[in-house]
Amino acid sequence: MSATMDLEADRLARATIRRNARNRWIAYVTLSLGVLIFAFPIWLTLVGSSHDASTIGRGDVPLWFGPHAISNYVSAWLTGGEATRTTRSVPAWVMLWNSLNMAVLIAVGKIAISLLSAFAVVFFSFPGRMIAFWLIFITLMLPVEVRIIPTFEVMVNLGLINTMTGLVVPLIASATATLLFRQFFLTIPDEYVEAAKIDGAGPLRFFKDVVLPLSVTNIAALFVILFIYGWNQYLWPLLIVSDRDLETVVVGMTKMIGNGDAQNEWNIIMATAVLAMLPPVAVVVFMQRWFVKGLTETEK
Amino acid sequence: MRKKVIFKGIALPWLLLLPQLLITGVFFFWPAGQAIYGSFLREDAFGLSRQFVGLENFTEVLADPNYLAAGWTTVVFSTSVAFLALGAALYLAVQADKAIRGANAYKTMLIWPYAVAPAIAAVLWLFMFHPQIGLFGRMLNGLGVPWDYKLNGDQALLLVILASAWKQVSYNFIFFMAGLQSIPKSVLEAAAIDGARPMRRFWTIIFPLLAPTSFFLLVVNIVYAFFDTFGVIHALTGGGPGQATTTLIYKVYVDGVQNLNFGSSAAQSVILMFIVILLTAVQFRFIERKVHY
Repeated sequence: MSATMDLEADRLARATIRRNARNRWIAYVTLSLGVLIFAFPIWLTLVGSSHDASTIGRGDVPLWFGPHAISNYVSAWLTGGEATRTTRSVPAWVMLWNSLNMAVLIAVGKIAISLLSAFAVVFFSFPGRMIAFWLIFITLMLPVEVRIIPTFEVMVNLGLINTMTGLVVPLIASATATLLFRQFFLTIPDEYVEAAKIDGAGPLRFFKDVVLPLSVTNIAALFVILFIYGWNQYLWPLLIVSDRDLETVVVGMTKMIGNGDAQNEWNIIMATAVLAMLPPVAVVVFMQRWFVKGLTETEK
Repeated sequence: MRKKVIFKGIALPWLLLLPQLLITGVFFFWPAGQAIYGSFLREDAFGLSRQFVGLENFTEVLADPNYLAAGWTTVVFSTSVAFLALGAALYLAVQADKAIRGANAYKTMLIWPYAVAPAIAAVLWLFMFHPQIGLFGRMLNGLGVPWDYKLNGDQALLLVILASAWKQVSYNFIFFMAGLQSIPKSVLEAAAIDGARPMRRFWTIIFPLLAPTSFFLLVVNIVYAFFDTFGVIHALTGGGPGQATTTLIYKVYVDGVQNLNFGSSAAQSVILMFIVILLTAVQFRFIERKVHY
């Protein structure tokens, strides 16, 4: 090997190292900028929830915390701020409780009825099986948004307006969850069914002792996604709930804003916004693995 | 695809399907049928009787300049949201896929906005861009830019686009990350050894291999911009000022729930159903193709 070739290789290697270093530097800068763009609105809201209403109303938006955090959160939690002429205030704890109920019931309900229907479609052969499957599948094409008025009429006729049942039950039909469980059930080996049959276990026994335990991972992943889906519902509660004792927190807090006057109790509104975000964000952050799995597997 | 070994029975499987079918029947198919039926009827001024008017509701809706304006707003809004959210997410995902320290922390910090409800995202942006109380709203006005999204339609549209895209980036980011991880590192290393610079590697290797993910996400993002952004618009602008941020979905809501225009809102519902069926068909055609490849 000649000395010049060595030198040339050395030069190339150093150029690569330099380029890699620059590359990493670009990554750090862009990612930090991205994180900043996503975190800044939250920062501003957190800071705002620690000042008094007049500071925010004057437009002196501070960038650091003020002294009123505790009193703001206490009054948001207990009273929901002062009632205005048009709206009665609802304490945040009531709205959070309603949202929690709605989110958990929707998630559990969707998982339960989807498990049952997927089990029926995969492990039985019966007349009308494909029709049932397609009927469930087609609901993908009928979101609430395209059938607002007639659905509302059905709810009125059934007396489900302003009830938790009305809030939850129409949302628990789920084509996506059924498709996911169907996909998963198809991977359960035939030998398991044969073994169960030889042991004299009926279909329900098989469901309880074999299918359910095998599905635990999928159920957990799906629960995370569906909890967030339920918590973040907007149009449906807006239509179905006018009784403010049943108000959910996402809808309730936008009602507090009204026309967005500068005279609003922005400190209380911001505190409520933080409370409304906390549960679903906590679920995503602490259950990130389940969450990513649930998302990429249900939707693909 | 089906199983070879199965259980016998007819009553039991139907019983298991019953809850799901009952709910879809009562709350999906019945109302959808009513919407189609109602789209051919018109209610008199007092809401006492309904009479058959043929396709008149449709011709009227499609000739209504307000409806066409809402259609155009929807197109501008949806494409802007989709491309902004996809572009930003792809760029961030490519950066986060590099072997850097703290990559996982960065990922978590970019994933969490998925959990923020669209309506709450709107409220966060309102806090920033409110002309009197918002940090940036005041800053813009201080710099001599007359910023007030409650009066200026273009500014209102821009704001709902930004808030909607902001919320959707994390979703796309998660899928792009998954897509990037499935690209074999050896291919990229081989290209690097052959002297391909990062930009060239991106456009000739990464981008083509991400095409299926990108196309899937494009459809999902358009569906999101169509339906899930109702909360953003309702909380931020209420469809205004004037009609500047009224999308097709928002118009169905306004005409049906606030103006109680029975026939027109039913016809609009049917038109929207067509659009959803179209989007779903595109999506599933694509998924089928992917399975065959």
